[in-house]
Amino acid sequence: MSASSPSAPRGQDLPPATNWRRPQINQGWLARLLDSKTFLIIACLTPALGLLMVFLTYPLGLGIWLAFTDTHIGRGGVFVGFENFESLWYDWVFWGAVFYTVFYTTVATVLKFGLGLWLALLLNENVPFKSLLRAIILLPWIVPTVLSAIAFWWMFDAQFSIISYILVDVLGWRDTYIDFLGTPWHARWSLVFANVWRGIPFVAISLLAGLQTISPSLYEAALLDGASSWQRFTRITAPLLMPILAVVLTFSVLFTFTDFQLVYAITRGGPINSTHLMATLAFQRGIPGGQLGEGAAIAVSMIPFLILATLFSYFALARRKWQQGEAND
Amino acid sequence: MHDLTRRGALGLGAGALAAGMAVPGRARAAIPMGNATPPAHAVEKGATLRVLRPTKFVDADETVFRENTAKFTAQTGVQVRVDFAGWEDLRPQTAVAANTGAGPDVVVAWADDPHIYADKVLDLTELAGYLGQKYGGWLALPQRFGKKWGTEQWVALPMGGSGGPCVYRISWLKEAGYDSLPTDHENFLKACQALKKNGHPAGFALGNAVGDGNAYCNWLLWSHGGMVVDESGKVAINSPQTLNALKYAKELYQTFIPGTLSWGDINNNRAYAAGEIGLTQNGVSMYFSLKNDPKTAAIAEDTGMARMPFAPGGKMAENVLLLNAMVFKHTRFPNAAKEYLRFMMEAEQYDTWLTGCGGYWSHPLAAYAESQVWKGDPKLAVYRDTNTVEFWSGYKGPISQASGSVAADYVVVQMFAAASSGQSTPEEAVREAERRARRYYR
Repeated sequence: MSASSPSAPRGQDLPPATNWRRPQINQGWLARLLDSKTFLIIACLTPALGLLMVFLTYPLGLGIWLAFTDTHIGRGGVFVGFENFESLWYDWVFWGAVFYTVFYTTVATVLKFGLGLWLALLLNENVPFKSLLRAIILLPWIVPTVLSAIAFWWMFDAQFSIISYILVDVLGWRDTYIDFLGTPWHARWSLVFANVWRGIPFVAISLLAGLQTISPSLYEAALLDGASSWQRFTRITAPLLMPILAVVLTFSVLFTFTDFQLVYAITRGGPINSTHLMATLAFQRGIPGGQLGEGAAIAVSMIPFLILATLFSYFALARRKWQQGEAND
Repeated sequence: MHDLTRRGALGLGAGALAAGMAVPGRARAAIPMGNATPPAHAVEKGATLRVLRPTKFVDADETVFRENTAKFTAQTGVQVRVDFAGWEDLRPQTAVAANTGAGPDVVVAWADDPHIYADKVLDLTELAGYLGQKYGGWLALPQRFGKKWGTEQWVALPMGGSGGPCVYRISWLKEAGYDSLPTDHENFLKACQALKKNGHPAGFALGNAVGDGNAYCNWLLWSHGGMVVDESGKVAINSPQTLNALKYAKELYQTFIPGTLSWGDINNNRAYAAGEIGLTQNGVSMYFSLKNDPKTAAIAEDTGMARMPFAPGGKMAENVLLLNAMVFKHTRFPNAAKEYLRFMMEAEQYDTWLTGCGGYWSHPLAAYAESQVWKGDPKLAVYRDTNTVEFWSGYKGPISQASGSVAADYVVVQMFAAASSGQSTPEEAVREAERRARRYYR
């Protein structure tokens, strides 16, 4: 109620309205504290920062520090500068792992995206039993990695492979069993295949979600304009799918690059190191081999690659026009 | 034969455990004992112990170990908690205990670990001396791994070793023209060639297989007189002996079933049980799993076990996985811990364990050669001498972190795999192995 309230009769001897004060409630210290912006900022951020420090910054920092020491399991180390990296530089086992990691990531990602996009497009059509099909598609992703790895390990077995059995004993197309994991390139492709099988659902379902956000009216308009289905795909679907594609691509690259379980469970990096990923080599040298410093150095060598992948996503997402389906200028 | 097998099964399976427990005198009577006074270790009042050891591979390993521990608690009042760690987790867990000075008092570790933590473990010389005197002396490999390098000081108490002799099909070897397995390399190769010709190839793991890969490749190296490092720890793998071993391995590889480059620890067991291979190398566990399954019992019947061809001088050259117990200095109850180890190694407990495991962990003390376990089934006799081997991982240098790292990086295995498969010439393979070994021995 303000002093200039029209209902107040003029001329009456009222105390000046400006003297009116809202009755002061004596606030407790807690209430005052909770009203303080500074305090709130600190209180709300501390747990998050704490978690980040304890579970992310500290382990990462420790890992980087270890990479510059000669720490062994069971014995502390001293700072040795770039000695671990120098020694890795001349180690072809390490370079083999770098090569295979890049190969594995590139080939598997391309295949996962090609097949995943294709699957997503199919599932986006009106197919019978749509929900059931979508649930089935997710299966490879739901099965724990180690379980699927063991299943593949049997399928790729030198003596008991079902694939070889069918080709040799049932169909008679071959005379000998395929040595899936015993020759370098067979083993490399076998692992890529296993990874693609596991990774497709993630890509397909994410892209399907992206496809469903595209308004059908756009397609209708395009149809009226007489656009072919290829034109509709390149002019509507592809640009509108780009933002989500960029995110999914980044995640997929990161997951593939840091893969460990499939390779460790199926080949342990063999035959003769031809399928070592940087992650499996880092583990082998660091934990069973006891050379924590060297293992950490291998793991740290993965960071530049991961940063590249993250930057790609950052810049891809920052391009707003692209997101809105317009051409970049 | 049939009778013998049945009796063997009774004497070796879980039945042995029951028999051992029911008539405790019988199993013990066989072990000859010398005169020795146990070291005077007065168990601390209110002592409790934590023990860490690798997980069981055969059931009795855990059950008998726990029963023996319970007996110790009943007799001394010391509460003991035994934790079983996965084989690959044991080493990191030991490292944490050693570094933090907390956790288990006693660790039954892998062979090298007590040497890596030699300054953090209690001296066990007195105890080892007593056990050696009472039970006919320590065998060669336990001496190597019990004593600190180059000294007479015992830092660990080896408890048992798992070896990998040659395992083959008797009838197929006979068909190939051999009544028994040849003990020299040349005829061994010929036997394998004959087996292969008859469609029963050999199969040895050449993949990154912790147990079987190292077993096969170390045998190749040692039995040809090769070594990774010399006595002083200098890399000495690039030698004519190693080259001979590589050339031999290449020829032997021609007699293998395809795919051994990808073999892990389990593949040879599967292929052997399926009758795909006629000859391999393995611990005693495979024989028992074949024997205890009615479907494969016939294969067990037809299975023979013998030494792999010997090293120069007729020395056995097989790789052994050794259990090596140590007591950390950080324990609050050193006497109780030493008493516990003594108790577990005394015949009454040890022989029950040895017998219960069917000889899986072969004994480190000479007197246990008389144990019932080696008499029930004559085929097992070859495992009896497991611990008499004079070669060790990292032969012929000190047991150290470097020897462990070279093994974990599969340097020797991959050298043989590369040369066998023809991916490198023997000369290239050995140079590469030399380079890789030097990265650790520096």
